[in-house]
Amino acid sequence: MEPAKTPTDAEVLPLGQTGVLVRFARHASPAATARCLQLRNALATQTIHGVVEVIPSLTSVLLQFDPTQTNRAAVAKAVKARFTPQDTAEDALPAPSRRWHIPVTFGGEFGPQLADFATLSGLSEDAVVTQAQETELRVLAIGFAPGQPYLGYLPPAWQVPRQRDLTPQVPAGAIVTAVRQMVLFCNASTTGWRQIAQTGFRPFLRDRAEAFLLQQGDALCLHHVSHDTYRDLMRDNADGMGGARLEVLT
Amino acid sequence: MSGALHIHRAGPALSVQDLGRPGLMSQGIATGGAADRLALKEAAALLQAPCILPAIEMAGLGGSFTVTTPTRFALTGAVMQAILDGEPLGWNESHLLSPGQRLEVGGVLKGVYGYLTFAAPLDLPRWMGSVATQAGLGIGQMLTSGDSLPMQADPDAAAPTRRLAVPDRLSGGALRMMAGPQTALFAPETLERALATPFRRDAAANRQGVRLHHDGAPFPADDATALASDFICPGDVQMTGDGVPYVLMADCQTMGGYPRLGTVVAQDLPMLAQAPLGAELRLETITLEQADALTAAEAQTLPQLRAAAEVKLRDPYQIRDLLRYQLISGVTAGDDLDRD
Repeated sequence: MEPAKTPTDAEVLPLGQTGVLVRFARHASPAATARCLQLRNALATQTIHGVVEVIPSLTSVLLQFDPTQTNRAAVAKAVKARFTPQDTAEDALPAPSRRWHIPVTFGGEFGPQLADFATLSGLSEDAVVTQAQETELRVLAIGFAPGQPYLGYLPPAWQVPRQRDLTPQVPAGAIVTAVRQMVLFCNASTTGWRQIAQTGFRPFLRDRAEAFLLQQGDALCLHHVSHDTYRDLMRDNADGMGGARLEVLT
Repeated sequence: MSGALHIHRAGPALSVQDLGRPGLMSQGIATGGAADRLALKEAAALLQAPCILPAIEMAGLGGSFTVTTPTRFALTGAVMQAILDGEPLGWNESHLLSPGQRLEVGGVLKGVYGYLTFAAPLDLPRWMGSVATQAGLGIGQMLTSGDSLPMQADPDAAAPTRRLAVPDRLSGGALRMMAGPQTALFAPETLERALATPFRRDAAANRQGVRLHHDGAPFPADDATALASDFICPGDVQMTGDGVPYVLMADCQTMGGYPRLGTVVAQDLPMLAQAPLGAELRLETITLEQADALTAAEAQTLPQLRAAAEVKLRDPYQIRDLLRYQLISGVTAGDDLDRD
């Protein structure tokens, strides 16, 4: 990931036969992600006829359209009219409308690579745990697996590359980190990111009344609990909330 | 009235599919659905159904089926051995299955994914509007021997059975590719070389993607290692770490970090899904306007297929047990019309 810098002019590109992609940068940066969420918010109030889904990622916003209602040219033209001009664009992410508070436990058997990560980042283990809790994380993107959030951006010291060899399996609820981001795994998974913590919070549960909990742009604060408290939370976690609490902001 | 489908023997890769669940990409779930979506439209046409019916997708090998309610069924997609009451059944046709009869579907003869679709709709719980199995995501399960699936009734079990003339899409061919967000990352000569390369379908092929094999140099992109993960979609021609093309299919992920040469149009993915191991495949570019025209024409596919599905007329020479049929139901003196 490059250091924060002003993204290039947005490009409007095709993605498949029913997609228009607005790309603010090829490389992830807080400024690029800020523009993605700004555009997503603009499209939530100034909707475009025939656009059925608006999805932000770290560097782009995808507009899926219904070809029986509109066409590529009309969507592209309409979305260009909704950009924030580059010279006035804010590099800060727009304020969140919801904030999740999520109990997690760091280190030990629940964060087996905390020490490795601390060494690589040049931080002490305590500083890693402190900075993880002090950072108001945002859901930058959802993908790779159902409901799975990419969270960020963490302070610059967290700019640690993926490990070269994959970890064969981290458990459901693993919180892993690389490149100033975290991923919270809903299910056991192979990963090249380092596991520093674990949580009972499951953003996706197929049979839960509300199958998906997170939305792009949501704020998320981690709260460290002891290993014992975490084990207690896991004893009764059928709802996959893991003790999490949602704060709705005005 | 309702009934059940009993699966007495299931091949290793049987799953219920429909056209999937669009609209969940924001939560990391691809549309999914049948690997060969055209086969589901052909089935709906053969059964003269108003909309797509849930089908059993059979990769490579079929199974053994009975029903408790009479129902027409359609056989579409990859051609497989199918036998009912000792009679081989024609593919791209509809037939009638009655209680007491056993339908045996064997190995694939040509293609990869065969489809068994009943006019009596499989009555399965929908999740997010679809019954499609996305086993890799924990959404639905593969079918196994001993499974029973509830069915509604065939709305018109006595309707004539039909056949459809289907152009060959089971032998590979040209994949039409539109530009995508990363096409410009490839040098023009790299794209040209890809378009001139005869590929073969690799052994690595499933519902997530199909790898294209070739003997030449890989197809590198600029800036490939530093790219942010971004949206991907079925048809995307992804250049994996070794620079080998891998075309994403129905159950692909929604975000990926590999550079992509372009997107194969949805209209050609059935042919790619059905390409047997080693089949020759080529990439050819089409303009955005051409790709969008194909999208617009797609709405006509089902009505056109429905009109093309003709009623089967049986050729008496093909009827093995002709003498069993009561061909003449009475003989008269021949002067009936003259008499009062």
